[in-house]
Amino acid sequence: MNDIFRKYQNWLMLIVFIIATIIALIPLFGVLGYVLKNGLSALNIQFFINLPKAMGLPGGGMANAIVGTLIMVLIASLIGIPIGILAAIYLTEYDRHSWLSTVVRFATDVLTGIPSIIVGIVIYTAVVLKMGNFSALAGGLALAIIMIPLIIRSTEEMLKLVSHSIREAGYALGISKGKTILKIVLPTAAKGIITGAMLAVARVAGETAPLLFTALGNQYWARSLNEPIASLPVQIFQYATSPYKEWHQLAWAGSLVLILMVIILNLVARFAFRSRSI
Amino acid sequence: MGHTLSVRQLEAWYGSNQTLKGINMEIASNHVTAIIGPSGCGKSTFVRCINRMHETLPGSKVKGEIILDGESIYEQDPVVLRKMVGMVFQKPNPFPSMSIYENVVAGVRLNGMRNKKTLQDIAEKSLRMAALWDEVKDRLNYSGMSLSGGQQQRLCIARALAVEPSVLLMDEPASALDPIATMHIEGLVRQLKEDYTILIVTHNMQQAARIADSTAFFLNGELVEHGPTSEIFTNPNDKRTEDYITGRFG
Amino acid sequence: MRQPLNEGQLVLIELLKKMGEEVERILKGCMQTLISLDRAQAEFWIAEDQKINDFERQVDDECVRLIATQQPVAKDLRKIISAMKISTDLERMGDLAIDIAKIVRRMEGPLLKQLVDIPIMAEKALGMMKQGLEAYASEDMELANDLAVQDDQVDHLYKRVLRDLLVIMMEKPEVLDQGMYLSFVGRYLERFADHATNIGENVIYIATAGRQDLNK
Repeated sequence: MNDIFRKYQNWLMLIVFIIATIIALIPLFGVLGYVLKNGLSALNIQFFINLPKAMGLPGGGMANAIVGTLIMVLIASLIGIPIGILAAIYLTEYDRHSWLSTVVRFATDVLTGIPSIIVGIVIYTAVVLKMGNFSALAGGLALAIIMIPLIIRSTEEMLKLVSHSIREAGYALGISKGKTILKIVLPTAAKGIITGAMLAVARVAGETAPLLFTALGNQYWARSLNEPIASLPVQIFQYATSPYKEWHQLAWAGSLVLILMVIILNLVARFAFRSRSI
Repeated sequence: MGHTLSVRQLEAWYGSNQTLKGINMEIASNHVTAIIGPSGCGKSTFVRCINRMHETLPGSKVKGEIILDGESIYEQDPVVLRKMVGMVFQKPNPFPSMSIYENVVAGVRLNGMRNKKTLQDIAEKSLRMAALWDEVKDRLNYSGMSLSGGQQQRLCIARALAVEPSVLLMDEPASALDPIATMHIEGLVRQLKEDYTILIVTHNMQQAARIADSTAFFLNGELVEHGPTSEIFTNPNDKRTEDYITGRFG
Repeated sequence: MRQPLNEGQLVLIELLKKMGEEVERILKGCMQTLISLDRAQAEFWIAEDQKINDFERQVDDECVRLIATQQPVAKDLRKIISAMKISTDLERMGDLAIDIAKIVRRMEGPLLKQLVDIPIMAEKALGMMKQGLEAYASEDMELANDLAVQDDQVDHLYKRVLRDLLVIMMEKPEVLDQGMYLSFVGRYLERFADHATNIGENVIYIATAGRQDLNK
């Protein structure tokens, strides 16, 4: 009697879980499917090599925005990845328990939770207004600031996964602490650290808000890093909010490209650098 | 050649907990000295003091004197000291990012040795001493993690031997291994005492009895008794030693 | 692997062999004394007993050490336990040899007759002891089993010695005491051979873990 009741209960709960999972998946596939349906038709080789056309004209592409996004993500990575990793090394290897590391860790958590638009505003006030113009550098800097806490967090977790006995084995061989970290601990955690960094890159590649105030956007090629530059998210935002049907089409195509970029980065991070054993 | 160690009035703390309470002990060269005692008796702390590993833990403190070959270890740079006092840990811990070969020469290479031929010679010699050469000579470029537990532990021993220490500390080196691998390690320890002074911490009294020339019994941070193994295991002086080795403790 | 245990077992074999040689030397000496009836020599051999006792203690110590430190099991354990028993047998054999010297101390000469069978018994018993130790060293079952046959021969010789002595004693009552002493000697040698069969029994126990009585 009891057994039967328990079996039914089991079944019931299982069905509830399955339904919840399906409901959770609907928006994901919905978004993907919708973007795919609308974006694919507008996506062609023109999109990748042409500049945007004037308002209302058919054709044209987002070549400048794609390149702009890549440039700013590159700038952000060059600033954010080294700083993030070095800070994480300091926190885990040199100063795990002091008040300073507690403060830094708390700040990192807060920074991760701050809406990205606020980062944009801060950079706008601190950099754009001081320099007098919007620029790729300011945009990259804003993205870097969003990246750093993510990288610190992921790197820290990866370093913590490296067993303490590995470090002790290094010291016990008469290897200095610095060399032990550099040549033994870091290589051991390398795959995880790279994965974390790539996920952080994927995360900032789709940021729109901070770029609105920093890189602004540009209908043409930017001639230097010190002037406004186009980026996919901002371009999508502008086109999608315009009244022109052709631009809506391009916005869908841009969305599709952006999603693909993020998915590819995620896949590379997950599979190419999947860590086997730490 | 192994060196003698003499420990004088050694005290160690971990936080507010005193783990060693005034240890005096002479450790003969080219001998296997086993340290036995119940969990928490300070035996691991004791060997970790000898290569100054204990003091790397946050909140730890050491007092007293350890003389290695006539020189106080506390007057030496710990990094230099650890080249003379090698250590093998409880769980085999090869460096995961390195191959078998790289593991063995890690200590020498990361301390600046670049000559390839020399490194290869050191690798072969160390692996031979650790009785592992024949098993791995065809796959030196495989990951150290690809070996079995017993082989990994011998790899760690080879790695420790490669820096040519004079003292080898072993902290329960066989407790994570099966009986056959354990016998391998024990046989190895007996051979190694020709060239090294060996201190081995073990939970396993029978192991101490099998391989050690002399045995020291620790209890609550104190050295209760230290003498020839055959004496400790047939006719110990102290009642507490007898109770412990006969399993009638407490 | 298990090198100290193997080495320890070799030490035991060596110790028992030396102990056997010592017993052999003493028995031969005592037999010599019996023939020459030299009392001074008898005292000398009686004092040699200490050496045998030292050997027995050495064997026991080594066995205790091996058991305490090497945790022998199965055949290893049987070999070590047997070594202790064999050392006890050898010690008893040494005592029996010295008992002959003690007899000489009390005997009045000259000998009632030239000894024939008693020296043969001594030689046979010694041979059995050496064979037993050889069987222990090589764990040779055949050598061990063969001891039963030889023991029968010694028993047979003993019976003949007793009968011969009985005849002489009935004919010449004045040598009654010497006859009695010589029959004791025969008895000691017979016991000596029995201890040698015990060694063989231990070897069979080592090889098969089974018990077999070689002294029927």
